[in-house]
Amino acid sequence: MIQIDALTKRYGRFTAVDNVTFTAEPGRVTGFLGPNGAGKSTTMRILVGLTDPSSGSAHLLGRHFSQLPNPGREVGVLLDASAQHGGRTGREILTLAARTMGLPRSSVAETLERVSLTEEEAGRRVRNYSLGMRQRLGIATALIGDPEVLILDEPANGLDPAGIRWMRDLLRGFADDGGTVLLSSHLLHEIEVIADDIVVIGNGRIVAQGTKQELLASGETYARCGEPTSLGRALQWAGHTAEITTEGAVRSNADLATVGQIAFDAGLVLTELRAADGAGLEEMFLQLTAETQRDHLETPEREAA
Amino acid sequence: MSTTTVAPEPVGRRPEAVHRRERGVPAPIPFGRIAGVELRKMFDTRSGFWLMASLVVLSLAATAVTIIFVDADNLDYEGFASAWGMPMSVILPMIAVLAVTSEWSARSALTTFTLVSGRGRVIAAKALVTAAVGVVAIAVAAAVGALGYLGVAAVMDLDPVWNISFTELAQVTLASEIGMFMGFMLGTLFRSSPGAIVAYFVYALVLPTVSSALASTNTWWAEHATWFDLNWATMNLYSEMTDKNWAQLGVAGLIWLVIPMIVGLRLVLRSEVK
Repeated sequence: MIQIDALTKRYGRFTAVDNVTFTAEPGRVTGFLGPNGAGKSTTMRILVGLTDPSSGSAHLLGRHFSQLPNPGREVGVLLDASAQHGGRTGREILTLAARTMGLPRSSVAETLERVSLTEEEAGRRVRNYSLGMRQRLGIATALIGDPEVLILDEPANGLDPAGIRWMRDLLRGFADDGGTVLLSSHLLHEIEVIADDIVVIGNGRIVAQGTKQELLASGETYARCGEPTSLGRALQWAGHTAEITTEGAVRSNADLATVGQIAFDAGLVLTELRAADGAGLEEMFLQLTAETQRDHLETPEREAA
Repeated sequence: MSTTTVAPEPVGRRPEAVHRRERGVPAPIPFGRIAGVELRKMFDTRSGFWLMASLVVLSLAATAVTIIFVDADNLDYEGFASAWGMPMSVILPMIAVLAVTSEWSARSALTTFTLVSGRGRVIAAKALVTAAVGVVAIAVAAAVGALGYLGVAAVMDLDPVWNISFTELAQVTLASEIGMFMGFMLGTLFRSSPGAIVAYFVYALVLPTVSSALASTNTWWAEHATWFDLNWATMNLYSEMTDKNWAQLGVAGLIWLVIPMIVGLRLVLRSEVK
């Protein structure tokens, strides 16, 4: 369980994190989504005590990070996979972590296997690792203490599609065991694949949060039938919106049951009926990204979405 | 593909449905373990290993050079000791600098301080193992020199002259430790390897030149510099120390070592780790 309450971090006149409040629940993977520089990493560093907040609080398992007697056994952290001494081997880095936490020697080999790093790779110096291998090593460091909470900053960076899938399964399993996962990404796609709950941050502020279904759903219905024009007309007669998409389907603001009923009453055969894909989250996210790229001399529109 | 699944698992289970096995709060990390890990970090990179190995290599080399180049008549144990003193005084502070700064230069501090949340304990462990490495290095060098001297004395049928007392050896060790903790202090101030190393050489090589140049033109400085110049005050450790010398060492040490160290430690404990 991670609780972040009214967290604010200012650097001079710049507010990196602005009154951020959210909770990451056990049993769920919470995705922290935002463009680069939105405040994700700062929030995560505050969470693990590397940065002091200007105001507000962050608690893990009901405590402040500094109150954890052996943090690695309760909270697994990966903030930057490249932040390691390049002259150490992967196995050595994991051994240092295991020793600090007081774990048996065997845990190193077990964890290496869990993140699919081979013996040969583990014996190589980290400076010769690809980013994907560094990520796996970083995740190993986070997992080795068998923690209850995982905090991962951009863990999917540098992973190939198979690697992202592997990470999704790993985090799914961790959450299904009752663990809490908070991971950040600047890519909507990664978060969509991995997370259950999504917190969207832009310019230091939370702009949306909810379950993936809530945020991705548009509240509209998507239907296909042999005569889309007839279906559209029937929907409009019943007082709903109807719009023929480019692929010849109908998109309406009526709910699923209503669309089904109207099609039935009109004697139309539906070949597909489902909730329409939400463009909402993607739209909002693109807007956020565009904003941060805009010249900072114009005041960015803070009240996004 | 599992086409037979009748009731698929819901995506994202409800938290209350999840039962993670009960787990106790782990025991705090004992200080000895942190110190052990910090000691290991000094050896486990190629550069760290060779820096340590060079201490042994150099004490062997210094002993060999002394045996080869010093006349048998003038050979005494002090000759051996001064031969290894110089390389030690260069390498030991580098070890101390890197013990601190490598965490920041390699950014491994991100991991270190999330595994041990009390940064003070990590820094204390680093200070302890740094001090221990200094003592062991001097002991090894002294032993290598003594063995070399005994060997030569046996071969050449000389009477070994043991003209270094335990007190003198302890003073030499203290001088090395002061050098190391200057490096350690600069490490905490700069938190960057190149910056701290350059600063150390400015302190150890440039400042003494400036100070003696000043002393040759200014009589007040010539008389009182030992109170304010830690290099100078430390040099006295290589000979007999009077009470005044100790007081001078204390004052100079306070100015150059203790006060900046307090600032450096505050920076290490408070500053943001990125």
